[in-house]
Amino acid sequence: MDFLTLIQLLDSTVRLATPLLLACLAGLFSERAGIFDIGLEGKMLAAAFFSAAIAALTGSVWIGLLAGITASMLFSLLHGLASITFRGNQLISGVAINFLAAGLTVLIAQDWFSQGGRTPSLMGGARFEPITLPFAEAFGSVPFIGPIYQELISGHSILVYLAFAMVPLTWWILFRTRFGLRLRAVGENPAAVDTAGVSVVGLRYAAVMICGVLCGIAGAYLSTALQAGFVKDMSAGRGFIALAALIFAKWRPWYALYATLLFGLFGALETRPDVIEALFGIKVQGALLGALPYVMTVIILAGFVGKAIPPRAGGEPYVKER
Amino acid sequence: MEVMPKWAEVTLVPLISLLLAAILSALVILAIGEDPIAAVNLMVTGALGSTYGWGYTLYYATNFLFTGLAVSVAFHAGLFNIGGEGQAMLGGLGVALACLLIPWPHWTLALLGAAGAAALFGAAWAAIPAFLQAKRGSHIVITTIMFNFIGAAVLNYVLVNLMRPAGSMDPATARFPETTHLPTLHDILAPIGINFSKSAPANVTFLIALLACVLVWFLLWRTWLGYEIRSYGKSEPAAKYGGISPTAITMIAMLISGGLAGLMAINNVMGEAERLVLNAVEGAGFIGIAVALMGRSHPFGVLLAAILFGFLYQGGAELALWTSIPRELIVVIQALVILFTGALDNMVRMPLERLFLMMRRRNA
Repeated sequence: MDFLTLIQLLDSTVRLATPLLLACLAGLFSERAGIFDIGLEGKMLAAAFFSAAIAALTGSVWIGLLAGITASMLFSLLHGLASITFRGNQLISGVAINFLAAGLTVLIAQDWFSQGGRTPSLMGGARFEPITLPFAEAFGSVPFIGPIYQELISGHSILVYLAFAMVPLTWWILFRTRFGLRLRAVGENPAAVDTAGVSVVGLRYAAVMICGVLCGIAGAYLSTALQAGFVKDMSAGRGFIALAALIFAKWRPWYALYATLLFGLFGALETRPDVIEALFGIKVQGALLGALPYVMTVIILAGFVGKAIPPRAGGEPYVKER
Repeated sequence: MEVMPKWAEVTLVPLISLLLAAILSALVILAIGEDPIAAVNLMVTGALGSTYGWGYTLYYATNFLFTGLAVSVAFHAGLFNIGGEGQAMLGGLGVALACLLIPWPHWTLALLGAAGAAALFGAAWAAIPAFLQAKRGSHIVITTIMFNFIGAAVLNYVLVNLMRPAGSMDPATARFPETTHLPTLHDILAPIGINFSKSAPANVTFLIALLACVLVWFLLWRTWLGYEIRSYGKSEPAAKYGGISPTAITMIAMLISGGLAGLMAINNVMGEAERLVLNAVEGAGFIGIAVALMGRSHPFGVLLAAILFGFLYQGGAELALWTSIPRELIVVIQALVILFTGALDNMVRMPLERLFLMMRRRNA
């Protein structure tokens, strides 16, 4: 395999890892606050549709992004209502949200555009275009570093850079601010937070809404940057891979970056069977490679390779003592 | 003391939840510019107006009965099995292997053999998540979700590379031999003078699903094992104190659950398609969640809910055929049912409980 193929492979790794990373960080906020969220998939899907639809109607991708985030946050609000206010089962609520998004997006897409559950193709300002970083052209001819800078680092959409910037930001919020300390505490021992006079409900809603914003960006990236428009079920299990990555990362931001990059690489390899054949000399089935993140997550969950321990109060509604 | 009388618990709560889901669904239909009343009329005539419609309704209901029972048994043990989809997929593989490899002399024997294989494969696919939950404490919801995806990949690999007949481009197995074809409701009802539609896929499996309902009820409420499963689900420490092994109950409950989900394959793979195709389950594993929640995890409730969803499924197909409402409307309704009967249960329950408390105080 030559150098340029490697760069191309890594380039598509970054592209495919971005939505996973955003969704994974979204889940991180929610689950660190003790709210399990298996509805990442649905929120991404809803955001993907509404960003593409509004971008197609207004011609502005930024208004589209805003619409996507709003849609995702509405689903988050529903999840909060069910799992925080009404103390319902968080897992069941997540399942409901996934189906609600899967059904509603196609229903509304058919009603608005009548194109069999898709939006019109986005063009020009209705899409996030790749950004060429300064001096990318000039550096391109420098050996080794040049192609890395020009092909791999430069030339992504703004959302990719945003996603990568979110990693240190998430780390800083969670581990260096008062809000982050309280957010983590509410996921471990909500009663203690309550005793300290801080609102458990408020903190959890805040976490769930942040989760909504990040899922919204992830969904918008799918339909307005990675592809040009919405198609039915376009999240294609990415929400669940992000969930897997979250477990793989043991609920930590930097690890989330590595896990999603790894799963992104699997995704990139899936589309390039020739590379695998050249590397290992064997034909690997794309379908089996696609299942690798799930298999690895099960192994991690089984605790054979370093145990993944979720936040202690995760999944349990908080009931104030009376 | 229970705040709500038992009858209110089993009828009022699910009915109000259902009503809320129905109202919201009607609003959705209105919002996309269609008439909800006309839609319901069309669904009723399409799904229940002919033996052809009934044949499809009961066919879908059979699928949902198996997956609904599967989710219910796990629920009783306090486990949430989202893996019905994958378990039913693998059940299909078991059916295909049994039908293709063994030369059955008669359909009755083939049915027994295929049902055994389906249950075995389904149970096997539930066994690993169950074991990891019981022994390693890995969250069963996450592992069963992962196993759905792994199951889909395995099936894809097997169908494309191993079981596809030579020269065929379609990722599906060969047709099952004639002797494994199950009698449809038409064949069963014709001798007693009922003229049931010939082209509908409902078949003898429906009767087996009914039998499964009875057996699950018997297991849960009339046997030691059922008692242990239910007490483990109600309170793990209490069950442990009573000498019930959490590992054994988790494993047994999940194996039964996976086996029931796998059994669905004798309906859709053996009874209808008569070969194994890639997407044979079509989301029935997930609908089992809605069915179990709506049926309050009781076999009789599951039966009613499964028939309701069978009706919705067939009615939804008719809607998609005759109006501009896409089939995804059913997915929305399914989501709303899961939301109201499952996640927002307390939203319905809390005001009702308050109402009953008020009435009781007035009477006292």
